[in-house]
Amino acid sequence: MATQPALQVEDLTVAYLDKPVLWDVDLTIPPGALAAIVGPNGAGKTTLLKSVLGLLKPAAGQVLINGRPYDEQRRVVGYVPQRGSVDWDFPTTVLDVVLMGRYGRLGWFRRPGRTDRQIAMEMLGKVGMEKFARRQISQLSGGQQQRVFLARALAQEAEVYFMDEPFQGVDATTERAIIEIMKQLRAEGKTVVAVHHDLQTVPEYFDFVALLNVRMVAAGPVSEVFTHANLRAAYGGRMPFLSELAPESTGVIPQ
Amino acid sequence: MILWDKVAELAGNHTLQTVAMGSAALGIVSGVLGAFAVLRKQSLLGDAMSHAALPGIALIFLLTGSKAPLMLVLGAALSGWLGILLIMLIVNTTRIKSDSALGIIMSVFFGTGLVLLTFIQKRPDASQAGLDRFLFGQAAALLRSDVVTIAALGGVALAMVSILWKEFKLLSFDRDFGATLGYPMAFLDVLLTSFVVLAVVLGLQTVGVVLMSALIVAPAAAARQWTDRLGTMVLLSGLIGAVSGTTGAVISSAADRLPTGPMVVLMASLIVAVSLLMAPRRGLVWAWLRHRANNQRLCLETVLEDLCELAQQHTDPGHGHSEKMLKAISPGAGDIGRSLRELEERGWVKQTSPGHWAITEAGLREIPEIQTRYFGRDREATA
Repeated sequence: MATQPALQVEDLTVAYLDKPVLWDVDLTIPPGALAAIVGPNGAGKTTLLKSVLGLLKPAAGQVLINGRPYDEQRRVVGYVPQRGSVDWDFPTTVLDVVLMGRYGRLGWFRRPGRTDRQIAMEMLGKVGMEKFARRQISQLSGGQQQRVFLARALAQEAEVYFMDEPFQGVDATTERAIIEIMKQLRAEGKTVVAVHHDLQTVPEYFDFVALLNVRMVAAGPVSEVFTHANLRAAYGGRMPFLSELAPESTGVIPQ
Repeated sequence: MILWDKVAELAGNHTLQTVAMGSAALGIVSGVLGAFAVLRKQSLLGDAMSHAALPGIALIFLLTGSKAPLMLVLGAALSGWLGILLIMLIVNTTRIKSDSALGIIMSVFFGTGLVLLTFIQKRPDASQAGLDRFLFGQAAALLRSDVVTIAALGGVALAMVSILWKEFKLLSFDRDFGATLGYPMAFLDVLLTSFVVLAVVLGLQTVGVVLMSALIVAPAAAARQWTDRLGTMVLLSGLIGAVSGTTGAVISSAADRLPTGPMVVLMASLIVAVSLLMAPRRGLVWAWLRHRANNQRLCLETVLEDLCELAQQHTDPGHGHSEKMLKAISPGAGDIGRSLRELEERGWVKQTSPGHWAITEAGLREIPEIQTRYFGRDREATA
């Protein structure tokens, strides 16, 4: 039996009013990939993620997770939103936020129980935050907030994880913790799709890359796709540091 | 003792019992739902709702001639909801931002309501008597049946909040995440907003359209100061709502023709003011005390470090340095003289001659700890 792609996006078009944000985007990500979605500002990276997750209604196109429509696959999808998307002064604790990752499995009306609490604590341990479980969330640093969001997604016990700028404005410790967990997820056969903005770290962190600029410029294994020609096509002339990334002669950026 | 007699007399008064029960129930309902409104940054929506409810009340009376509380509540709710829908419509379809949309709808609806109310009052018959109490509220006019209406409808809203606790928490904290889990967030949003509308219209007769939003916002704002837990905040907000509602209503009923709304607002504002000032950790008084203690410590440590440095630059470590010089080195270190006296008390500095100071052995031993503390903190700040 052929394995289904973890994520399959076909002909996805999204527009705000009359301005297209995503135009006829196709993307197929194999299971077990660590995939980065990169592109310049305004390329539609977050829009792509939100459309895949059903948070935005696309004008056209379809999204399949493991070969099935997203509505039937919510249980296997985990989501790490941008850290700035919530109010961190909300009166709640770290453990409580991580427990929200269990809400999807709990369903209507049911409250989290002891098993859920154990899983949440375990995931907090994975991101090195178990000591902070009782802490009010406004007392966290940016990196700690990001790790709490990651623990919440881990508590979803999903197969395909979507992360929106997980490395945005975090400290070095957190960046290492996140990349460790991503690699661990891959080792467990899970798929990670992350919106990423730091081109320098793409070859080091990811094995699959999608270069987006409203249209899909190129997508595939980093070793084949992360080339000068593709980057120039995605970023236009706005890449002064391109030469630092790779010697022009080989075309492929060394890993 | 006269005061005590007065209290006993009031407690035995049936009208006053009704007023107290009704406004307590109202305070709990609006406090609990207000907590969610405030956390979702919809404080002003409550204000728009209550103002938008006025034309509904007047229209229902004009159409049916009825002053039955349930009918008027229905009219208020419909018109309040229409106002909210129009605000959403304006925000979603035009370039007008939500604050302007709120202002427009609030004033248009309230103005219409006032016109209708004036029109009703000019009518020759006396059947309209009492409708104007919807402006500023008149708790003294509460009947047993009103209390039953408030308790029953409010009870339904509170029961729903406790059943849908987890879902409403998710909606208030991270709506998008909830949507990816498969919860119908738009539906939950409409439901919770409807309960806030309900809380507002239940209070219109008692507190009035003009000031009802205070009973939605103030208890929640005060409760937030005292706790970092959602559950505690919601319960506390309900309690504060009940206290401010009851005291305000009872005072206004006991005094002659004092409108209830303003009294309730005064009570709620008092609690908010005390909470803003006194609450531990978030309170302004504590913040100010913490700030001052920190400042004093910083001044002390600056002077001590300066003296340490000066001692290292001189062959004779016991050599005294003038206060003026210390002031010149660290002009921002506050009252140098006071810091020196405090340091002398601790035995960290000594006066060599009048106005001249030197660091002691004990003072030198403190320096490494101070420095590690600063470096330690720097590291934490960058992490």
